Amino acid sequence: MGDVDVYALRGIDLDLYAGEFVVILGASGSGKSTLLNILGGLDVPSAGTVQFRDHRLTDADEAELTRYRREHVGFVFQFYNLIPSLTALENVAMVADIATAPMPPEEALRMVGLYDRRNHYPSQLSGGEQQRVAIARAIGKRPDVLLCDEPTGALDVKTGSVVLEAIARINRELGTLTAVITHNAAIAAMAHRVVQLSDGRVASIQSNSVRKSANELVW
Amino acid sequence: MRLLLSDLSRLWKQGIAIIALIAVGVATFIMSTNTMTALEESRDRYYRNYRFADLFTPLVRAPQSLAASLNEIEGVDSVQTRIVKEVLFDMPDVLEPVSGRLVSLEENPRESMNGIYLRRGRYPEFSDRTEALVSELFAEAHRIEPGDRLIANFAGIVQELEIVGVALSPEFVYVVQPGLLLSDDKRYGVLWIPYASMANAFNMEGAFNNLTVRLTNDANTQHVIDRIDQLTLPYGGVGTYDRSEQESNRRVSDELAEVRTMAYMAPSIFLSVSAFLLNIIVSRLVYQQREQIATLRAFGYYPSEIGWHYARLVLVWVVLGTAIGIGGGIYAARGMFRLYMMFFRFPESIQPTMTWEWGVAFGLTVGVAAIGTFRSIRRAMEFPPAVAMRPEAPQRFDHPWLGKLGITSWMTPGIRMVIRRLESNPMITLFSVLGVALGLAILVLSSFMEDTIEFVIDNQFVKSQRHDLMITFRETASESALHDVEHLPGVTYAEPFRAVPIRMRSGLHSERLSLMGLCERPVLYRVLDEHTSEIEFERRGGLTITKKLAEMLQVRPGDRVEVDILEGDRQTVLLPVARVFPNYTGPAAYMERSALHDLLEEGERISGAFVALDDSQKGETYAAIKQTPAIAGVLDKTAAMKNFRLVIARSTSWMRTINALFAALIAFGVIYNSALISFTERARDLATMRVMGFSRGEISAVMLIELLLITIAAIPVGIPIGYAFSYVLTLAMDTDSHRFPLVISRSTIAYSMMIIIVSAIASSLVVLKMLKELDLISVLKVKE
Repeated sequence: MGDVDVYALRGIDLDLYAGEFVVILGASGSGKSTLLNILGGLDVPSAGTVQFRDHRLTDADEAELTRYRREHVGFVFQFYNLIPSLTALENVAMVADIATAPMPPEEALRMVGLYDRRNHYPSQLSGGEQQRVAIARAIGKRPDVLLCDEPTGALDVKTGSVVLEAIARINRELGTLTAVITHNAAIAAMAHRVVQLSDGRVASIQSNSVRKSANELVW
Repeated sequence: MRLLLSDLSRLWKQGIAIIALIAVGVATFIMSTNTMTALEESRDRYYRNYRFADLFTPLVRAPQSLAASLNEIEGVDSVQTRIVKEVLFDMPDVLEPVSGRLVSLEENPRESMNGIYLRRGRYPEFSDRTEALVSELFAEAHRIEPGDRLIANFAGIVQELEIVGVALSPEFVYVVQPGLLLSDDKRYGVLWIPYASMANAFNMEGAFNNLTVRLTNDANTQHVIDRIDQLTLPYGGVGTYDRSEQESNRRVSDELAEVRTMAYMAPSIFLSVSAFLLNIIVSRLVYQQREQIATLRAFGYYPSEIGWHYARLVLVWVVLGTAIGIGGGIYAARGMFRLYMMFFRFPESIQPTMTWEWGVAFGLTVGVAAIGTFRSIRRAMEFPPAVAMRPEAPQRFDHPWLGKLGITSWMTPGIRMVIRRLESNPMITLFSVLGVALGLAILVLSSFMEDTIEFVIDNQFVKSQRHDLMITFRETASESALHDVEHLPGVTYAEPFRAVPIRMRSGLHSERLSLMGLCERPVLYRVLDEHTSEIEFERRGGLTITKKLAEMLQVRPGDRVEVDILEGDRQTVLLPVARVFPNYTGPAAYMERSALHDLLEEGERISGAFVALDDSQKGETYAAIKQTPAIAGVLDKTAAMKNFRLVIARSTSWMRTINALFAALIAFGVIYNSALISFTERARDLATMRVMGFSRGEISAVMLIELLLITIAAIPVGIPIGYAFSYVLTLAMDTDSHRFPLVISRSTIAYSMMIIIVSAIASSLVVLKMLKELDLISVLKVKE
């Protein structure tokens, strides 16, 4: 038996615009994580091109991808990935340290409503709080792109909506292109545009004429 | 089983480190025990088959008829009466005169007591020519073959000896010149010639001056010794001693004692380090695999099955390590035994073979592993399945004391991460530091002997002994003999000494040695105190003895000891111990020379002299000495020193190479393991940082700083441990014939630190490589 080539993504043609809030929906295996990794400069596609402004990420080498992530991308992970040995403020400050035009870490924490808990370690924070610190960390560098990978996946509804509200607020106030990938269709109602992925292809793209706020979501 | 294989292959790097450590520990154990057994058996078989004597009595001259009455003593099985003389040889391949011992042979040397084993050639016969056997080591050093001729100086008469054979004797397994620390086969050897030839040459017809005795199995040794002493006293008997004071036997026993120490000490250190490392690795492993454990438990595995899984994992490592160690140990034992055969000679050497040791090795390593991993395995068994299924909450960091001091505020986040991690996991940090420190300590242990030996050489041969030659007379001579020595060509200064055989006693302890009378303030042969300043001998000052002797007799300055003078009138006197000084050779005692003369009720008699030479005239000095019948022995200090270095280098190089190799391996293993573990535990944090845009260099710094801090912290911990290990080793190596002070030079410390740093760098390179291969995406997808 010969090797079978498996493509995570096939023929994706997608434009994302500055200031947009996009939700990428898809079941597990639909290729949404691969898409996010490519958007975030963690992975390069085997064929096709990816362009960020006037940079072709598909031609970039490891060092250029690192610079792209460093200067333009903020990540929010499903399991927060905070550095346990640093306080909330230090976690945020650490990324600000390597950014070109960061906001003060205290301000980033204020935006997610956790300024008062800035000196707590991750172990002293709840899951929702940890995720909000992770958001503050991601936006501290004033990224052009904020990529969130199942940001509410490990959270209950109530906590999840607080986290989503924080993300929406960043998008609104800083005008950051925000892409949230999730399998949770309810979140789609928050987006300007919803990209539905299926089997590695874009199944549909729809725009929401009316957007719901995070606390209106039910799942 | 599949799980076991997957764990084994995933943990192969740690596995190799553990296997190597265990193999090293087992190899040293097997090597030493096997060598020891082989040496012991070779010796015992030799002593038995060649009827090595039990008692030894030197005397001046006794008639052969005395043998009959000696034979009748209850407990005496048989006696051997011989002529033994110290003579000088003129060897064409050595500038200086060569000293040697001449021993008379009985009719049937092969069957006699102290039987002679013929390696080559034939036994000598009494004829016009003087036929002789030569000891194998001396023959090898001078390339003497049967048929060669040797020029000897027999009490002033130059004799030509015809070598007819090369031989061995249980009396001379190890041949060392009296007064020397180590053998020097180029400058001292043993020759055997028929009794009749010897009696002729030394005017000893019908007489003997050396008695050896074999005892019956039920003999009362002390009773026999007393009787022999009584009977030989009128003939100048200087006291009977047993095997424990026989030079060759004592050296062999001391060496065996040292190998025995090695057999137990080195492996215990290596194996405890292995236990320690196993403990770290398995406890971390269980921690990292708690999810896997929980899954298995959820599937219905019994805790005992979980425990068995980890126990088997460890057992695979231990068994592999032990098996490799046994193989390596057997190989190394052969090498070590061959090395011993350079100094010790047996007619048939029993090759090291494995008997019970392998069982002990397995028992030992499994025990060590059990001690090292018991707690972790029990913890794995006690994991509640539900708790372990949840992802672990982030580790708590609530008592950063450095943070409280405000020290962390100026640090970069990377350094802060490292510091917090280290201070919040005090046990893990402590273990890592201790592990590296142990590596350093073992390095110090394996290399400090060199410093110690250099110190001994400097102390003995440079600071204490400032003479060029030590000349001993055939018999004690009047002061005028000193003038003769002074007038030898090339002699710039001569300092006389008087040496007399004594037995020193205190309570139940007694020791045979030579009491040396020196001038009040010796210039050439100085005795140094613990501050290496010279000791003066006051006329009524009493005895100055070595620390070793003081310990053997359990006396302190101010105590009195009984001294049996084993010469002349054989009186016993009570003498005070005035001073005790440290030295590194066997027991020795000194006093002021004229006080010794008074004690012996004699005039100015001297036994020999220490001599300073004009180096440019050395050849003439030696030529003259060879013509001087009164001189029985010459000891060239520079040559002795060179020989000392050479012998030590030859005899320890094997051991030292092996030890240094092992130590470096351990150091590397420990550092490498901490690096691996630390990497595994932080892969997620580091990958997160990479995703957030930190460069590879920036995250590498985080890892390297941690390694660096651990290494730096380990140095001040490891050096004292190294001192402690080394000190224990010096205690263990303290035998009757020598002792080694604890001397560790800066260069040894520097060398050990360097190996540690090189290990740290090598480990860092491995970590850097792993960081390069760090899979950013998959690490993020896996929850902690």
